[in-house]
Amino acid sequence: MKKLLVLGAGTAGTMIVNRLRRRLSAGEWNITVVDQDDVHPYQPGYLFLPFNILAPEQITRSRHATLPDGVEYVIGDVDRVDAPTNTVTLTDGRHLGYDYLVIASGTTPRPDQTPGMLGEEWQRSIFEFYTFEGAKALAKALQTFDHGRLVVHITDMPIKCPVAPLEFTFLADAWLRERGLRDRVEMVYVTPLPGAFTKPIASDALGSMLDERKIAVETDFLVERIDVENKALVSYDEREVPFDLLVTIPLNMGADFVARSGLGDDLNYVPVDKHTQQSKTYPNIFALGDASDIPTSKAGSVAHFSVEVFTDNFLELISGKPMTGSFDGHANCFIETGNRKGLLIDFNYDTEPLKGKFPLPVVGPMDLLKETRANHLGKVAFRWIYWNILLRGRPMPISTHMSMVGKTNNTTTK
Amino acid sequence: MPVTTLNGHEIHVSEEGFLTDPTEWDEGLASTLATQIGITLTDEHWNVIRFLRKDFEEVGETPTLRRVSTVGGIPIKTLFGLFPQKPAKKMAYVAGLPKPVGCV
Repeated sequence: MKKLLVLGAGTAGTMIVNRLRRRLSAGEWNITVVDQDDVHPYQPGYLFLPFNILAPEQITRSRHATLPDGVEYVIGDVDRVDAPTNTVTLTDGRHLGYDYLVIASGTTPRPDQTPGMLGEEWQRSIFEFYTFEGAKALAKALQTFDHGRLVVHITDMPIKCPVAPLEFTFLADAWLRERGLRDRVEMVYVTPLPGAFTKPIASDALGSMLDERKIAVETDFLVERIDVENKALVSYDEREVPFDLLVTIPLNMGADFVARSGLGDDLNYVPVDKHTQQSKTYPNIFALGDASDIPTSKAGSVAHFSVEVFTDNFLELISGKPMTGSFDGHANCFIETGNRKGLLIDFNYDTEPLKGKFPLPVVGPMDLLKETRANHLGKVAFRWIYWNILLRGRPMPISTHMSMVGKTNNTTTK
Repeated sequence: MPVTTLNGHEIHVSEEGFLTDPTEWDEGLASTLATQIGITLTDEHWNVIRFLRKDFEEVGETPTLRRVSTVGGIPIKTLFGLFPQKPAKKMAYVAGLPKPVGCV
């Protein structure tokens, strides 16, 4: 019996076992997946919790319910991977052997990595919304926030879902307007990047949307510490941004067991080939989803498209053939902009987000890089698609590889 | 890829001016590149540049500020002092390495 071991039953891990269980013979392949609990969160939902657009009970399900029959599900914490002997050890002492290992243990916000962040102001005036608990605490704080400086802050790149801080900012602006409080609140968006977003055309479009909403942007700001007494972010080049309410995206890091196992880079991400997700050191180890170091967004869409490439490649690999699939870094993200409108961006390693129609030219129905109602509805519908189609590994009507069809390409920047 | 001549060196650069072929770089060129962005190189700058070159050769990627700090032992604060405002980009530019990724 051959063994495939998957560490992490999140978006990537769950899709992998669902797709591969159907395609690997039950008599030849044992598939095991490990996670530390039995709660699968719909992570895009965290963005909506602070504004009471979704209720906490709407965004989680049992991991069991998302996994197929014939997959062994182990609840436990990974202590380390011993790659030379193909063994994973859990913190309770259990050993799990494998022929092939997939690391899909994601990325986690680490407020402990910035001095002052986890101090006495944590969850009093300093919040984050990338965890279930954090988003719920922020929802409570927003209920009583009626004036002052609201600062949205990114500690450092890369982060999971790099558009979420912008979405939070747009939603907060709309939410304050609805309550008639916007004039009493000064909003500042603080980023380590040179602009609102990472790629020029999207950065311009999103930057002018911040301008229109009178949201100040502090760029090239790399935080050194938080001055807890004076409630201010302090950068390495000694700029200060004071806040009354800080919504920060803490430093994101891969799982600690990756570091303990000697498999990670300086942020605990597993270095892999960016087209096959195969470990650069061990050919029987792959890293999928947010856990790898591939140079594209850490996002569910990337997990989805790369898992499709990986599962086909994996079947070739185990039958002794060369892997022919090549992941292009395709990402596709809805961006909520408030007032029931949204934006859509579609890009890959080589092509930045462009304007145009998606998925079809002229008819769309989605507009790229443009605020529309249809894009908002797409985002709303996505929660159902996530649970019922995406996680199950069923086909989606979107191409794995990015397509230039419908895009307006009047630049050729890389 | 644009080709440009700088101080007698013919070099290939990206649209933003980063060298695209790290082998076209030498220490003399570093001083010229530094002057272009208003920096006069001191021994401290050279420590950083030599770490960048060595690390790039070993890893194949331009190191991040975090890596220069944790692996190279040069604090991020110092890097902001030596290469003001945009240290990650400026260090890579002077060291003749590709613009750092990580901005995705």
